[in-house]
Amino acid sequence: MLTKEQIYTLLSGIPDPEIPVITIEELGILRGVKLTEAGCEVTITPTYTGCPAMGMIEDQIKEILHANGVGLVDVKMTYSPAWTTDWLSPEAKLKLKHYGISPPLSSIDTVSFIQCPNCNSFNTEIISNFGSTACKGLYRCNDCKEPFDYFKVL
Amino acid sequence: MTKQETLFKYTLRLGDNSLILGHRLSEWSSYAPILEEDLALTNIALDLIGRAQALLKYAAEIEGKGRTEDDLVFKRAERQFLNVLLLEQPNGDFAMTIARQIFNSAFELLLFEELSKSRDEMLAALATKCLKEVKYHWRHAYDWLQRLGDGTEESHERMQKAVDDLWMFTGELFEIDEVETILINEGIAIDTRLLHDKWLSKISDAIRSATLTHPAEGYMQTGGRIGIHTENLGFILAEMQYLPRAYPDAKW
Repeated sequence: MLTKEQIYTLLSGIPDPEIPVITIEELGILRGVKLTEAGCEVTITPTYTGCPAMGMIEDQIKEILHANGVGLVDVKMTYSPAWTTDWLSPEAKLKLKHYGISPPLSSIDTVSFIQCPNCNSFNTEIISNFGSTACKGLYRCNDCKEPFDYFKVL
Repeated sequence: MTKQETLFKYTLRLGDNSLILGHRLSEWSSYAPILEEDLALTNIALDLIGRAQALLKYAAEIEGKGRTEDDLVFKRAERQFLNVLLLEQPNGDFAMTIARQIFNSAFELLLFEELSKSRDEMLAALATKCLKEVKYHWRHAYDWLQRLGDGTEESHERMQKAVDDLWMFTGELFEIDEVETILINEGIAIDTRLLHDKWLSKISDAIRSATLTHPAEGYMQTGGRIGIHTENLGFILAEMQYLPRAYPDAKW
């Protein structure tokens, strides 16, 4: 039987289905692991309430743990504390930027200069607060003229 | 009514509001005026459907009769839905959708702020989470209200008509009955009557800065919260429930 830490490490490697460049652990979706008599209980939290990736994440958690000999896997959903983009580490934000997504600013920042992930210019403008997934907005760079996704603050 | 029954009904009302508006907004998928709006309206719909799923799952647990959130969505009849009338009104032109959105998001901003302090842990957690999302919904509706109201002659006229036409459905948002009264005393539900003045001033400011005229006070239509709906809900349910009713317990 795996230890709690081993299970957590295994699950930490699962990439986010929509932004595979970061893991569910880096994103803050993976909240905790608890050993139970017959297996383990994994707690996850959604980024947005309607995040359609949650079902897939649950399946992946079960798949990887079953493959590693954990019998019963119970995946629990929690809403508190509410997920926030502030949980993303500086390393995770850098990965987003290299992937072409402008990383979220801090939720307590009052100024909001969004940086273009392609040419690093701050001369950018918003096209829409809603984008290709619930967690992103759409921006445009006025210097390199490229449109880009911004991982918006929540 | 026992406390369990009231909490079930209260949660069901919250859940049905999210579900029906979420379904309405999803109808814009591939029909919105521009691609960016297609994405915006369906993203908002997604937030609402997710919220409905969480609330209705919780409602089913409270009820304790073995029903699931899907049973509540697909196996109830029109009279058993408890959403307010405003949210079942048709999308109309884009202005109608924006009017519905601004009335409701302003209300939800105030409601969830208060509900996040509820003594019911699940409702408080969901309210805290949804409040963050509703801030984006409000911003979206507010911006469009300004652009359309203070836009062309045509957009101004349509926005004005939309605000006027939907006004009579806004009173129901601030009604309470026995269900709420019992739960307000328990520190669980919110007395929405106390939110009305703040809501009105928020909406009045938005309407005036969009160069629109504030709708005249008048008759308010109610009924949805007790299951008496406009003819629109039946059409929504016909589309939403067709498949599970035609092929019971069908799976992907």
